[in-house]
Amino acid sequence: MTSTHPPARPVTGDPSVARPVLDAADVGRALTRIAHEIVERNHGAADVVVLGIPTRGVSLARRVGARIDAIEGAGGVPVGSVDVTMYRDDLRLRGVRALEETDIPPDGIDGKVVVLVDDVLFSGRTVRAALDALSDLGRPRAVQLAVLVDRGHRELPIRADYVGKNIPTSLTETVHVLLEETDGRDAVLLGPADLPRGETR
Amino acid sequence: MTHPQTALARHLLSAADLSRDAALLVLDTAEELARVADRPIKKLPTLRGRTVVNLFFEDSTRTRTSFEVAAKRLSADVINFSAKGSSVSKGESLKDTALTLEAMGADAVVCRHGASGAPHRLANWIRGSVVNAGDGTHEHPTQALLDAYTMRSRLGRIEELRVAIVGDVLHSRVARSNVLLLSTLGAEVTVIAPPTLLPVGVEHWPCAVSYDLDAVLPKSDVVMMLRVQRERMYGGFFPTTREYSRRYGLDARRMATLPDDAIVMHPGPMNRGVEIAAEVADSVRSTIVEQVANGVSVRMAVLYLLLGGALLETVEAVA
Repeated sequence: MTSTHPPARPVTGDPSVARPVLDAADVGRALTRIAHEIVERNHGAADVVVLGIPTRGVSLARRVGARIDAIEGAGGVPVGSVDVTMYRDDLRLRGVRALEETDIPPDGIDGKVVVLVDDVLFSGRTVRAALDALSDLGRPRAVQLAVLVDRGHRELPIRADYVGKNIPTSLTETVHVLLEETDGRDAVLLGPADLPRGETR
Repeated sequence: MTHPQTALARHLLSAADLSRDAALLVLDTAEELARVADRPIKKLPTLRGRTVVNLFFEDSTRTRTSFEVAAKRLSADVINFSAKGSSVSKGESLKDTALTLEAMGADAVVCRHGASGAPHRLANWIRGSVVNAGDGTHEHPTQALLDAYTMRSRLGRIEELRVAIVGDVLHSRVARSNVLLLSTLGAEVTVIAPPTLLPVGVEHWPCAVSYDLDAVLPKSDVVMMLRVQRERMYGGFFPTTREYSRRYGLDARRMATLPDDAIVMHPGPMNRGVEIAAEVADSVRSTIVEQVANGVSVRMAVLYLLLGGALLETVEAVA
């Protein structure tokens, strides 16, 4: 949105020394491409339901949904959110977490093509939890996965169908996705580990 | 995402244990969990492999069932242990019962007991979490949470709501827990009862006290009617039921003096015709059925927040 370019070493709370990998324009282009790929792969968007994984996945899902509407015209692809907290496999390893919103569009997900959207694909455990959550909410015809960043280091046999940007990382690095809705600007930053593993995405 | 500063303590024994942030965390969590009731599969896997014991020394249908449904919706294993038909009727002490449950690996014990303070004692004897589901005339914190939840969902807020709690305050654990929780959440509470049904020390409670129901009703957003607890009354607290009902019962005439959007609550079970008239209990202002449904959501939230996180040993090792 804003035209100001991020400084070479932006200061954004935690990531004091993080370098930009994607700027606002890159993020916008990646989401537009993902929206086109979703429409292409599914021969339209008739049965598509876009569900974001809180927090930033929900913002991304709304943007992808709006872009699909722009491509496919009126109708409007249903957009919602699915909170995976209660399905996580690491609940017992740390303190209890507050829940995020689950918002399933009124027509449900039975027989639909659900496109899950998240900001960063890392271990794959969040997506595993999301798949379990979906199976309790209905029976989609197919589930696809769209992520803004794939940073590698999968711990489960999960891959994304739509990837904004593959960013090879080491485990000691942290990927920070900043979005207008939550952080005031769009950017993806790569920084040194400043949080213990598990807190990173 | 984690709010360690607002997290619940290990036990839920008193509404006074809850900070404002912790209470709001329970209500917010309950709001999300309420949606589970609308889903085709009304179950979450979160407490799989955890055991919740319902330890009830007093009769209760709605509270016990509510905790049982809540625990089962979170996939916990539930053991119902009631005093009748157990070793308690053979004279086993509370402590021995607690140690038996401990040995069976209970992760949480939901305890109702006729003696005030029994859950506090229990909490010292076992390693799992203890949830007070009503102890004597002392406290019933999950009832207060579900009442607060009901007020927030009907009226959109709790802060600055004018809440009248009417009736047998002396014997009511619901009243005490509600006064404590609602004052934490910023409501203005007034308890109304005949002087004989007010406990000693009520002047130190964080609420106003009145003997005159008709004066308070027009200035109330919420009226909570308490059950007249005959089973705990061993003396003459009021001359006759009719006289009590005439002065402190909520009938249609009194309900008409309430502000337009005011709601009427009752923790149940009701004595229709004593503290509440049938036409009031069945009116659109009444939240009595909602309160039961909300009870499941709130108890799911409490069990999730107490048991959903790291194992106690892990937390204590870190702390």
